[in-house]
Amino acid sequence: MTRAKPEDDEYWNSSKFKAFTFDDEDDEFSQLKESKRAVNSILVDEDEDEDDVERVSWSGEPVGSISWSVKETASSIRSGSEQSFPKIDTTPSLSKQGSGYSLSSLFKAKSKPGAFQSFSESFSDTSFRTYAPELRKPKSDGKDFVSDLSPEETVRRMQKGRPFSLEKFRSLQDKLLLLDEAVAVYDGNVITAVLIFLKKSLSKEILFRELMARDVALRHYVHYLKEMGEQKLLVELLKALGRTEDMALMHYKEHLNIKDEGRRRDFLKSCLSLPFSQDDATHVQDHYTLLERQIIIEASDKKADAEIFKKFPRKASILNMPIITTLYYSCFYHYGESEGTFSSPSNIRKTFRISEKQYILTALGARAKLKSWFDVDSLFNTKNWLGYTKKKSPIGFHRVVDILHKNSAPVQVLQEYVNLIDDPDLKLSGALKYKCHDVVINTYRDLKDRQQLIVYREKLERDSPEYRKIQELLNNVQIRWKN
Amino acid sequence: MSTIQTEAAVYSAVQSVVGSLHMAHTEWKDAPGLPDFSLLKRLARDQLIFLLEQLPGKKDLFIDADLMSPLDRIANVTILKQHEVDKLYKVELKPIVSSSDQLCFLIRPRIQTVKWISDLVNADKVAGRFRRYKIIFTPQKFYACETVLEEQGVYGDVTTDEWNFYILPLDDDILSLELPEFFRDNFLEGDQRWVTTAGSALRLLQSVYGSFSKVYGIGRCAKMVYESWRELMEDGEQRTRQPEFAKVFLVDRDVDFVTPLCSQVVYEGLVDDLFRIKCGSVEFGPDVTSSDKSIKVMLNSQDKVFSEIRNEHFSNVFGFLSQKAKNLQTAYDKRRGMDIQQMKAFVADELKGLKQEHRLLSLHIGASESMMKKKTKQDFQELLKTEHSLLEGFEIRECITYIEEHINRQVSMIDSLRLLCLLSITENGLLSKDYRSLKAQYLQSYGIEHLLTFANLRQLGLLEEQQAGETLTVMESKVGKLVNDKTVGKLTDAFSSLAKKSNFRALSKRLALVPKSGEEYDLRVPRDMAYVFSGAYIPLSCKLIEQVLERDGWTGMEEVTRMLNGQEFAVTGGSSSSEARSKTDAQRIVLVMFLGGCTFSEISALRFLGKERGCRFIVVTTAITNSSRLLEALLDNSA
Repeated sequence: MTRAKPEDDEYWNSSKFKAFTFDDEDDEFSQLKESKRAVNSILVDEDEDEDDVERVSWSGEPVGSISWSVKETASSIRSGSEQSFPKIDTTPSLSKQGSGYSLSSLFKAKSKPGAFQSFSESFSDTSFRTYAPELRKPKSDGKDFVSDLSPEETVRRMQKGRPFSLEKFRSLQDKLLLLDEAVAVYDGNVITAVLIFLKKSLSKEILFRELMARDVALRHYVHYLKEMGEQKLLVELLKALGRTEDMALMHYKEHLNIKDEGRRRDFLKSCLSLPFSQDDATHVQDHYTLLERQIIIEASDKKADAEIFKKFPRKASILNMPIITTLYYSCFYHYGESEGTFSSPSNIRKTFRISEKQYILTALGARAKLKSWFDVDSLFNTKNWLGYTKKKSPIGFHRVVDILHKNSAPVQVLQEYVNLIDDPDLKLSGALKYKCHDVVINTYRDLKDRQQLIVYREKLERDSPEYRKIQELLNNVQIRWKN
Repeated sequence: MSTIQTEAAVYSAVQSVVGSLHMAHTEWKDAPGLPDFSLLKRLARDQLIFLLEQLPGKKDLFIDADLMSPLDRIANVTILKQHEVDKLYKVELKPIVSSSDQLCFLIRPRIQTVKWISDLVNADKVAGRFRRYKIIFTPQKFYACETVLEEQGVYGDVTTDEWNFYILPLDDDILSLELPEFFRDNFLEGDQRWVTTAGSALRLLQSVYGSFSKVYGIGRCAKMVYESWRELMEDGEQRTRQPEFAKVFLVDRDVDFVTPLCSQVVYEGLVDDLFRIKCGSVEFGPDVTSSDKSIKVMLNSQDKVFSEIRNEHFSNVFGFLSQKAKNLQTAYDKRRGMDIQQMKAFVADELKGLKQEHRLLSLHIGASESMMKKKTKQDFQELLKTEHSLLEGFEIRECITYIEEHINRQVSMIDSLRLLCLLSITENGLLSKDYRSLKAQYLQSYGIEHLLTFANLRQLGLLEEQQAGETLTVMESKVGKLVNDKTVGKLTDAFSSLAKKSNFRALSKRLALVPKSGEEYDLRVPRDMAYVFSGAYIPLSCKLIEQVLERDGWTGMEEVTRMLNGQEFAVTGGSSSSEARSKTDAQRIVLVMFLGGCTFSEISALRFLGKERGCRFIVVTTAITNSSRLLEALLDNSA
């Protein structure tokens, strides 16, 4: 677009962000192009190492031999000096969720009966272990005792993937102790495992109630239900927690899984009564209305045989497209229809409260694509009180020119709009970019810039009308050039 | 079911290899060499082979799509075939066609995938078909996944194992966990399932490369990861090896969202933004290769051309490539006038290297050209100008108008979202009327279902509506600070611009992230890390690292950490500091772990910082990210 805008140039050249432009005309780019040509022109025989590039790998490591066996090397464990790994102290610790509410904190002290401690330590103390024999040894150590372990021990075993049993955690108190312990070691895997156990062994009312005071556990539970696709339970949970907006969104999200447009529309309709925030309620209403309209338009356009559909066959269905895409479609295929029809641009504009700026941008794009320059003109024409037509636009004319150019408008059309650009610098850069010679020449003439005219003349074809025009201007003795 | 033992075996195996460890050759005179990370690949490969051997006989292997590239980096088909893998399939969650009697699944621990496998097993059962099934979860298994097997009645029919492939070295100084879902799971969903994984990755590094003298960190997740790591180390065996890293810095992605939302303008970052570097490799299409085929290229320090331009600001790349092309021409020209002997020597010694360089050079020139074309088309300058204005807090109204038009024209959905988020973070939320209007227009342009995306972004604090009470809070903290300052002059200043003051602005001011405008910034001779954003902004994450390393802790940065919601820590390592180690190379190696992803721009900034300070950074990240990946992880517009 207008990347050569003088204001931009000023920005790039005068500020600290100097020397970085992506400009085509930039010297460095042409330099680069030249280098490319040079590199490509170097003659080398293309031979077998054609695909060298693909084979480059930075670890030149040879394929390791499998004889490098895991078991053979296992006995070389050194038990080093005991250096304890430092804890984070003094700094505020992470809030242990829920401990303020739960009974667990009261019971924590009791939960490590000495009798089991020595036993369990014999499992967790790995410093004397040699790993080799374990490789193929079944993990049966202490299986008979795992049901007697404290919450701490149980969670530790779970963290390490050792056998454990949750059966003995039957009282609510014990269950919550277990959950709080899992949360206290930050291990999401274990937290979820405990939650799955609680889900199976507690009524949902009780579980929901307890989760309310335990944010970390709650978020794990919500995520687990999401992943399991337990939509219903999830909605219930959010409802119980009083998170009605989240619940509404969660429910609304379901529409994405419905492929059939009729069922999707009906589902969206059922969403209308959900307790969305005020804003979102409007959006969901729009969503329903939009799909309803799209279904009607699609049904009739699928078999439409108007000229426009033959000339520009539809590439895709309009179903489930955004509002602006629908408006574009309607400006493309249904331009000029009366407001009474659902497919007319004016109806869509009104129904979805589309701003003037947005409407003009979209209509401009669609009509320019069809090269209906007349329609383009009438988008901007306004009559003043004397009856003269004048062009006005809620978007800058430099943008208009940009869109026209992207739709390959002819120079005559471009020129007219380039002339309407207010900002003289923008106008000049637009004219230069889109090769609107007249505008360029007139601007330089008005600036009395002889040097630039001479430079510009060199870029033109000899004896073209523009060339001659500059020639005439330069020969004109009336003009007082500034240089 | 022997996962723990397997892991332990690998750890002990490490011991035998450790002896062969050597430092990579020093690159800069004053910079320490880096540990040889290819060892990690070898460990991962050997464990995988061990696991495959646990299932003797011919088997078909199903691999999760996002594990294929990481797997490619450490093993190849030959190795798999050697271990009786018959056919390879990509996991597509569709019915399978396999005649093998043994099916092995190499997957990330995801419920959906396990459900699919359960369905396969049950379908086989119904059809009266007997097969053996094994799931290898990597990097670890989750109870939730095993519960699915249990619930679907296939627990026992399917055996499970763990492949502790925690870390993939992407380059000499980049280690990746290749877990892009870490970001959404941890920060949006609040699921801490990967905390232990990150802790285990650190333990692995420590076991192989030795301990550290100091750990710093900031962020809730960083703290948890540290705790998890600490517990793992206390459980495991201790070693007294010479440390290979002096310091470790852990940082949460949500400490700094601004940096990953900015357009990248350093070569490697720009390549990632435009072509998406995947697992250290990029696919250049026909527009780059000027032929009809695409080429996959590894982008790392082995690529002599790339390694010289990767950290450069894009504007310097052209000049460099041109010069390089000229040199190449000269080198080729030497052939003229050579006699047979000389020519023979030339072909033997130089030609291959030249050809290689030639090929790389034309690729990177092609890439630069293609990037220029794409960027000019997208009005890149205007976009950058808007970003810089937002970072500076300058002409915000114009920025909003620009963003609005961007949305109206239905240009890139992600870019629109990115600009909205940048606006919100830098301005501490949007004014209510702006928020509503921009959101409505966004939904009109890109689909109403994005209201789910907006809910996600709000939850994460990336895109918010200013609350009525917020101004007051800002005022209070402001006044509170000023009372301490007792500077009357600053008081009026602060009050006048009260409503607009946000944490980013305050942070930016405090840490001097945005250089004073009007100053010249020569991108050819960068003077600070701001060069990675055209001199307009120093990445907050990197600035924090710099400051903490300089101060050897958080002292003096209390106000900064308060604005970042605290959760900072600094602990001194157990390894005895009395030993005279301060002079060793290891003392100048800093390991930085990004939890939730890091960008190439940040890596470039850290490389720059390392050069300045004579130290080297090793980046460990849960995944390489950029603005598109970060925001795509938060979209909720499709099933």
